[in-house]
Amino acid sequence: MNLKVIGAALIAFLTFAVTPSYANEATDPRATTGGAQTLEDILARQQGLEVDNTFRRQNQGNPDNAQPTSGALGSLGGISDADIYRGIRFSDVDIKVSNKGPAAEILVQDGGMSWLLTRENQIRQYAAYGLGGILVALTAFYFIRGRMTIEGGPSGETIERFKNFERFGHWCLAGSFIMLSITGLILLFGRAVIIPIFGHQVNGALANFSIWVHNNIAWVFMFSLVAIFLMWVKHNIPNKLDWEWLKMGGGIVGSGHPHAKKFNAGQKIIFWMTILLGASVSLSGLSLLFPFELPMFAKTFGIMNSVLGTAFPTDLLAHEEMQYAHLWHAIVAITMMIAILAHIYIGSVGMEGAFDAMGSGQVDLEWARQHHDLWVEEEQAKAAASSGGTQTVSQAGK
Amino acid sequence: MKTMFFAFAMTIVVSFGAYFVLSNMGLSSAETQSAPSVRLD
Ligand code: HEM
Repeated sequence: MNLKVIGAALIAFLTFAVTPSYANEATDPRATTGGAQTLEDILARQQGLEVDNTFRRQNQGNPDNAQPTSGALGSLGGISDADIYRGIRFSDVDIKVSNKGPAAEILVQDGGMSWLLTRENQIRQYAAYGLGGILVALTAFYFIRGRMTIEGGPSGETIERFKNFERFGHWCLAGSFIMLSITGLILLFGRAVIIPIFGHQVNGALANFSIWVHNNIAWVFMFSLVAIFLMWVKHNIPNKLDWEWLKMGGGIVGSGHPHAKKFNAGQKIIFWMTILLGASVSLSGLSLLFPFELPMFAKTFGIMNSVLGTAFPTDLLAHEEMQYAHLWHAIVAITMMIAILAHIYIGSVGMEGAFDAMGSGQVDLEWARQHHDLWVEEEQAKAAASSGGTQTVSQAGK
Repeated sequence: MKTMFFAFAMTIVVSFGAYFVLSNMGLSSAETQSAPSVRLD
């Protein structure tokens, strides 16, 4: 046989025989470390870059491949210590603990870092800029626009705007919300603000006090939120009048008084914001009050994914549920505080005569005519009907 | 104004009420998450 042909065949054979292992090295970036992390992986992780860690997550030993018990590593059953630690690291190993509860079996949970960092950075910043911003804006508004006065001055005659139980409900809601806000902010900013200025002991005492108040006063907030909803929902259904009101800027920005019934469009926005955000903050708060008992994010994310086509994670560890509840609780609460500060402004210093509605319950008739003309007409028609109607009915109604 | 102060007072009363009710219901994290063999106090 031709020696050249044999040589060429041999070269061809060797090339093909060796190529697959070349190809493997080219596609597997961790071939040089035998499948373990490379320097690039470690550096990428240190820089906070996204590293696909499936190669470690899935590398948890293989009992089928175990050496016999007489072998050098036989007693470990095909799983090395490193394999076991990887299992712990990715919460993917059967852990037995004497403590009860779903969280006890999770020994390492790296989602905790993003929870901590989001809370320490974005949430604190958002809270500081948001709350600071609205305070500056309201102060500026006060100096530019001034207090909204009753045109032509008060009439001296009054009309009942809110009944005793309505004001009671409002002030339970307001008192509890303000206390929840203050104590919540102490808990959010304690480490960043109180410790550097007053030290650990002051922060410790304040945090202890705050969490007690926060946990217990929350019930008043939840009950009064339900009460407020039931009392006022019928006056807060949006209608055509609201659109007109909004187009006129509510008469706050421009001049003139748009028509309004009991609540104008601006108040309806405050009402629905209070109800919806209040319900959301209550639900996430309950989830935090009873740790691991009321997980709601995996389910919510699942619904959102199917309705909105988003890709939120739906397979959440017990801790992750709590972390999402905690972040969401803070985001919703701060959004609410920002809006409520504007409400407090307009209900007190911002508008002459407004506070009386919640103070004594009696407002000046002229104030009522300017801000809620159609409501005044309705009330007066009702009064006229009841005094003009049969006396027994109006007596019984009282 | 009287209603407002009454509401604030009731808020405090209900908060203490919530505390006493809840702390007697055995719902604290310590109680729900420790095994029966753990002595808490
Ligand atoms: C010192 C704080 C507060 C003051 C001075 C205040 C004042 C008022 C006044 C005067 C009204 C009646 C407005 C009208 O006559 O139509 C009102 C209504 C209302 N308040 Fe407050 N409020 C305060 C805090 C709060 C808080 C903290 C909340 C909720 C968390 C709240 C929720 C509401 C709601 C939902 C209404 C009905 C809708 C509206 O009028 O905007 N208030 N408030």
